Amino acid sequence: MANSTSQPRTMFEKIWDQHVVHAEAGKQTILYVDLQLVHEVTSAQAFEGLRLAGRPVRRPERTIATPDHNIPTTDRSVPIADPIAQQQIDTLRTNCADFDIKIYDLDDLRQGIVHVIGPEMGYTQPGMTIVCGDSHTSTHGAFGAVAFGIGTSEVEHVLATQTLLQSKPQTMELRVDGQLAEGVTAKDVVLFLIGRLTTQGGTGYVLEYTGEAIRSLSMEERMTVCNMSIEAGARAGMIAPDATTYDYLRGREFAPEDFDQAIATWEQLRSDAGAKYDVVKQFVAADISPQVTWGTNPGQVIAVTDQVPDPTSLTDATEQKSAELALEYMDLTAGTPMVDVGVDRVFIGSCTNARIEDLRSAARVANGYRVASHVNAMVVPGSGQVKEQAESEGLHKIFTAAGFEWREAGCSMCLAMNPDKLEPGERCASTSNRNFEGRQGKGGRTHLVSPAMAAAAAVEGHFVDIRDWNFNGEVI
Amino acid sequence: MESFTHHTGLVATMDRANVDTDQIIPKQFLKRIERTGFGQFLFFDWRFHDDGSLNQAFELNAPEVSGASILVARRNFGSGSSREHAVWALADYGFRVVIAPSYADIFFNNCFKNGVLPISLSESEVEQLFENAATRPGYRLVVDLEAQKVSDDSGFIVSFEIESFRRECLLQGLDDIALTLQHEDKITEFERARLQ
Repeated sequence: MANSTSQPRTMFEKIWDQHVVHAEAGKQTILYVDLQLVHEVTSAQAFEGLRLAGRPVRRPERTIATPDHNIPTTDRSVPIADPIAQQQIDTLRTNCADFDIKIYDLDDLRQGIVHVIGPEMGYTQPGMTIVCGDSHTSTHGAFGAVAFGIGTSEVEHVLATQTLLQSKPQTMELRVDGQLAEGVTAKDVVLFLIGRLTTQGGTGYVLEYTGEAIRSLSMEERMTVCNMSIEAGARAGMIAPDATTYDYLRGREFAPEDFDQAIATWEQLRSDAGAKYDVVKQFVAADISPQVTWGTNPGQVIAVTDQVPDPTSLTDATEQKSAELALEYMDLTAGTPMVDVGVDRVFIGSCTNARIEDLRSAARVANGYRVASHVNAMVVPGSGQVKEQAESEGLHKIFTAAGFEWREAGCSMCLAMNPDKLEPGERCASTSNRNFEGRQGKGGRTHLVSPAMAAAAAVEGHFVDIRDWNFNGEVI
Repeated sequence: MESFTHHTGLVATMDRANVDTDQIIPKQFLKRIERTGFGQFLFFDWRFHDDGSLNQAFELNAPEVSGASILVARRNFGSGSSREHAVWALADYGFRVVIAPSYADIFFNNCFKNGVLPISLSESEVEQLFENAATRPGYRLVVDLEAQKVSDDSGFIVSFEIESFRRECLLQGLDDIALTLQHEDKITEFERARLQ
């Protein structure tokens, strides 16, 4: 194993070194994969490839599966209306049965969005390499794991060999110093960073988020930050494990049995003093306000107190054209204050923001209010366990009393593969991760925000600065 | 996998940056469980109007680029979702080469698994290709992977960089899994040493 103890190394380099199976000059490295997560949309062709080549799954116990992308979020006792979606889910079930892979199916409380349930059950642990046929696999880096999205051919490669062929990415430290202001959330931090980096600023890099503002985040907030690393183009995003990480993991179903021993190992992971990143960028937490995207990629983002930007103010011709196309698609006029932009729909959910703390944050805003009469708002918990927890705290009652729909767990309107989607022209405040054209439904217009900002937009019918919100007491 | 050595083909241009995989293959077509047949859905929401008729204003619908096999686009092509369906759709539609100033990582990787060559050229070289294609109907390029060169028949010639390992795999049409399994003993050894 390639391993140098004399040279200070970053956390990423340590984990990479620990997983090198074979390295050869002029070739890609064969990297061991500790855990693969599988869902219905990007796996069928991989299993079919194994069958055609007569190959077994090398380590079935290192893969877990769940259906999440195309499942309805309505009553589960009703059969799925879309026969093609049903076939894809059935195919996942058959593949898991044939290849002896553990599946958390729709009748299991532990089912949910793959990036919610992995951490929730304690599968995700510091120091691991984790992959999934889904770009938001970067979520798991919040634990100090190297976690990234892969294509279906690579899913097949991991199933067959428990390894991947990889070229070593570069490293970038994103340091956020100081404390976040009240009302500014992890979602605002990551949107702000993507705005500064642009959607391709992280391409070829693994990001490590550091600094006081990051250290102060809860485990779930850290997942929100790492989740959107891919939206800056990064291969992965990571945060060093610490007491917050260990406290979250302790006692979870698949956490290590000898937990103290595990902590001792994990404590070795953080980047060494003097370790060199290829790029370092520093930010100040106090500069970050609640964010709202105005365009059709997550880098097109401003503070809620700002106005829709004028494309002609951009110096780069390509960016200028992008902004013009975005404003046309979004039906926005340069100079419009963001708080004057109205919404028709609100979506609170996704692997970015559908964990219990996200739902608490949204419920705290919604408590005692009503969703504006022209707005349709829905809350989709990230997993069966999140849903159960929320219901035990009475959050669902706050939401339904305010006029939000309360749904079953799944990816839902983040990507609108299931029946939850925007109609053409509808404008949505969404806690998801992508505001691409048509992402939430053809012709739909998505603005990415935090759960609190989404709940406030639902109540007021337009974007508002959550820092001015009048809260009706605490909900828990 | 089909090998890739040389390719000569008609050029289609798409004057947009950050073309994401949601545009290349919209989500409603991700429910299929095959790798084939995705070409008909390529850029579906841009290619077709809501009533199913062809959007004549969309670049790829221009009759003069019918049969194009080389797509030239702006920076950060293939961003967003990891869906390999995007490459399956491009390949099934007939594209063997994409040329852009930069690509998103996962899309870039996925291309090589499917015999599609993504070539990175500088912004100015890509701009030159846009100009050539705009002014010369039926504009064609020759892509030589062995020599790592892109050229036309009137003097345009540029070199491109590519990782040597990826180049070899494409030239020989190698199967990644078979390559890795040549080192199966090392995987076994790794597992024995590191795992209980």
